[in-house]
Amino acid sequence: MSATLATGVRAGERRAIARALSAVENETGAGADLLRALHPHLGAARVIGITGPPGAGKSTLVDALIGELLALNGRVGVVAVDPSSPITGGAILGDRIRMGTHQGDERVFIRSLASRGHVGGLSRSAARAVDVLDAAGYAHIIVETVGAGQSEVEVAELADTRIVVLPPGLGDDVQAIKAGILEIADIYVVNKADLPLAERAERELLSMIALRSYGAWKPPVLRTVASTGVGVAKLAEAIAAHAQSGSGRRAGGDARRTRMRRLLAASAADRLRRNIEQSSSAELDRLCDELARGELGHAAADLRAIEIAAAGMRKP
Amino acid sequence: MHERPPKVLVTKIGLDGHDRGSRVVASFLRDAGMEIVYTPPWQEIPTVVKLAMEEDVDVIGVSSLATDHLIVPRLMQALREAGLTDISVIVGGIVPDADEAVLLAAGVAKVFHPGSPLEGIAEEVRRLTGARRALNA
Repeated sequence: MSATLATGVRAGERRAIARALSAVENETGAGADLLRALHPHLGAARVIGITGPPGAGKSTLVDALIGELLALNGRVGVVAVDPSSPITGGAILGDRIRMGTHQGDERVFIRSLASRGHVGGLSRSAARAVDVLDAAGYAHIIVETVGAGQSEVEVAELADTRIVVLPPGLGDDVQAIKAGILEIADIYVVNKADLPLAERAERELLSMIALRSYGAWKPPVLRTVASTGVGVAKLAEAIAAHAQSGSGRRAGGDARRTRMRRLLAASAADRLRRNIEQSSSAELDRLCDELARGELGHAAADLRAIEIAAAGMRKP
Repeated sequence: MHERPPKVLVTKIGLDGHDRGSRVVASFLRDAGMEIVYTPPWQEIPTVVKLAMEEDVDVIGVSSLATDHLIVPRLMQALREAGLTDISVIVGGIVPDADEAVLLAAGVAKVFHPGSPLEGIAEEVRRLTGARRALNA
């Protein structure tokens, strides 16, 4: 079935693409086969990552940006990640309701993913969902993270151009979060720029940038009002300029290996964590008891837990 | 592979804007552990079909309080034309008994009337999701 699915994806059949996205999202055997089949056809798309705190206007900005990118060329794919409840696992996938302008456009394919307990701003399968859309021939793929704070920098590994969107009014908080997502941006956007504190947010970003050293590309700070489209054409220009500058995730050699290493660390850690939390292993229960009674140190217990989980995962 | 929660589109088609019911149902299903794609009211049928296809949802829940249920047969037709016959459609809201028969004949899986227990809706969604996945497996 994965062979026909791969053919459908390559032909840009929307139904096949949707099925393929489900297969990789749910990590089925067919999904793994499919990704192998699609692998030779990856790398043509330009991936644009959009992150920022909740309420910054990310989804609305994506909606406006889709229009600009469609005017440029080709088709646009969107992967929008929303948080799953850590308690029930349920999720409201609401990003796409703010992307209504292009909801009916056949050149646009929007897929929502729930984070399903994954931390880092994306879902476990977001990178593979991007691969499916890439193989299907979407020239631009926009990845929108969950509302992210300081440490959700995973999108940096995934995207060619990283856009950090901030609302006005963070004030000195810009200083507080500069260690996190503010370090990964290729382009800064102060959205809701019609609000009074926008200028101040822009100033703070500029002074922060002035203190850092950059290579060939120095991140610009742009102002947008996503809801009316003000400044969005400038944003599309900046994205094109960044692409021209030759930066992006398709760096070769060491940079690529480092990126793969980080992706691997994240997915392996995720799998391990789930196994240790959910496995019914009596050995793990005993280990927890020993840890609680103080008979075992944390370092030794960690190692033991990793061994037990790894053994459990090898079983069919 | 781990158990995937049901993925449900909760939407309203037509001109009626009374969305309290769809919000209540969407919130309940989320709290029941499901992944919900929620839309505001006033969706057009082609948009709903495109959305259901792209998101690969298991079930579509259409809320109707002011006669919009009468256009649900057109949604069913559009889903068939798009080849999405494996997606179940349930309708909730104010649907006269005579119209319920029409909706069921058009392919709607179930109609929930005012006062339906929310847990019953969740159960039906789980049942329909299981049936769809068994079919597509």
